Amino acid sequence: VHLVRDALPHTRGRAKLKVVGIGNAWRSDDAVGLVVARRLREVLPGSVEVLEREGEPTGLIETWADAEALWLVDAVSSGALPGTVHRVDASHDELPEQFGGGSTHHFSLGEAVAMARALGRLPDHVVVFGVEGERFEIGDELTPEVAAAVPVVVAAVRDEVRRPSD
Amino acid sequence: VFAIRMPERRTRTIKTDILARVEGEGAMFVKIDDGRVIDVKLKIYEPPRFFEAFLRGRAFTEAPDITARICGICPVAYQMSAVQAMEQICGVEVDGQLRALRRLLYCGEWIESHALHVFMLHAPDFLGYDSVVELARDEPGLVAQALELKKTGNQVMSLIGGREIHPINVRVGGWYRVPRKSELAPLVPRLERAREIALETVRFTSALDFPDYEQAYELVSLSAPGEYPIDRGRIVSNNGLDIDISQYDQHFVEEHVPWSNALHSRLRERGSYLCGPLARFALSGDNLSSAARAAASEAGLSATERNPFRSIVVRGIEMVYAAEEALRLIAEYEEPDTPAVEVEPRAGVGYGCTEAPRGILYHRYELDDDGTILDAKIVPPTSQNQRTIEEDLRGVVERSLELSDDELSRRCEQTIRNYDPCISCATHFLTLEVERS
Repeated sequence: VHLVRDALPHTRGRAKLKVVGIGNAWRSDDAVGLVVARRLREVLPGSVEVLEREGEPTGLIETWADAEALWLVDAVSSGALPGTVHRVDASHDELPEQFGGGSTHHFSLGEAVAMARALGRLPDHVVVFGVEGERFEIGDELTPEVAAAVPVVVAAVRDEVRRPSD
Repeated sequence: VFAIRMPERRTRTIKTDILARVEGEGAMFVKIDDGRVIDVKLKIYEPPRFFEAFLRGRAFTEAPDITARICGICPVAYQMSAVQAMEQICGVEVDGQLRALRRLLYCGEWIESHALHVFMLHAPDFLGYDSVVELARDEPGLVAQALELKKTGNQVMSLIGGREIHPINVRVGGWYRVPRKSELAPLVPRLERAREIALETVRFTSALDFPDYEQAYELVSLSAPGEYPIDRGRIVSNNGLDIDISQYDQHFVEEHVPWSNALHSRLRERGSYLCGPLARFALSGDNLSSAARAAASEAGLSATERNPFRSIVVRGIEMVYAAEEALRLIAEYEEPDTPAVEVEPRAGVGYGCTEAPRGILYHRYELDDDGTILDAKIVPPTSQNQRTIEEDLRGVVERSLELSDDELSRRCEQTIRNYDPCISCATHFLTLEVERS
């Protein structure tokens, strides 16, 4: 007997899907997660909840605790070229350190994900998109390289959200 | 020519360049020479933010919302000290249910801030974890409760203040909108649950291992008859200080030290002092609710607790109290006729002082007759505690020389976190010193 789990492909139609863009709107490239979230809200079906958050970790955990599949978009500073798009599947593994570590006021996005996992509050499917930023000083504009990455991330998240679950 | 052979000296430097699990950016430096601590510095290098300067020229009504932005953890404290000062200048008394709502909002902030500090920032020190994530892996139930506690604090802030961070409903004279009694009802079961979690927090924290260390602090807090101090009172200490808040500047002075972007405060006559949970508990512990008092005695706290590491237990006690006080205020709440008292600006100088989660937060403003702010002074609790933190570091290191550099460094960080320092709050000051050669 050949047992196949979820043998028939089904769309994520009935699962609770969430996209959370994280960032500070007044810190230049740090806002990229918010910008991506706003674009995604226009292109994704209304059944997908698209949220914008500043990144306070305990609040984030509350935000996604009830989701079944989750996409997070945040700015990253890892030394790569500005505008580089990183994609990490965090469903099973922790995030690299450079994710969301830009604040000493609270812990990072990586820690928020790890803590949620420890508490059983992490959705089964978690993908994090990190966009490499260049400037994080006060300002309300993205650098051109980072702005150019926005449609790339929007398309990637849109495709993944629409794709049948595997 | 001869040389004196010195006995071999051992110099140790303990430093942390970026302090983790504190609000803001700071560092620590301790130098030990031959078993003696010769230098201790809590270095606050977060750049100054000049809040006092850019308040000048703004309307008196803007002070609560502008100063709230100094801190995302204790914005209510800033709002409450600001409105108190403005109302004093304008000769307005905000009392009754309007004041009760302020106290209720403040209870929410205490719960939210203390829950964050006790579990996320401080508890890992006592348990040998690097962060709350490891604690969550070993004790998920405990951390889940901590998040629930914090969330309850946030819900109080949202309901009364209109937003959980930087509330928008506070104004000079009262509120923009007051809640209906029925709107407060959903908070009751949450606060009852918060009280239970807080009691468990006290039991949990009181069983931790506390380094053996005490200091003869001068403990400074607000004091009001029959109340545990939150939103008003005289400034008192265990060494006999007992002044109206308008006399603050006659007794306390702020000084610049080269290694910190936050001014150091001291009592003019006696030097360093400590404000915050230990001080409130020592000076007003009798005014806690009976359940909070019972929890304190069960936890083995002294009436005047001088071991700063036990501040984590006192924060638990204060959360028990804040939950009970919030429940009392809700039970006694009656919707006021108007959300705010009419306030007409007038020229003068006024003072505000309230108990932020970390200790007393002092504001002084001077207004002209149309209510424009001419001058502002803000002294946050972390500035006031800096000297005491450094003295604690010195004392703790001297008693812990047998520890390895690594262990000693961890012990020093734990010592700093006893004060829940908010570095971002402390670095708003105005004086910019330029050194020229």
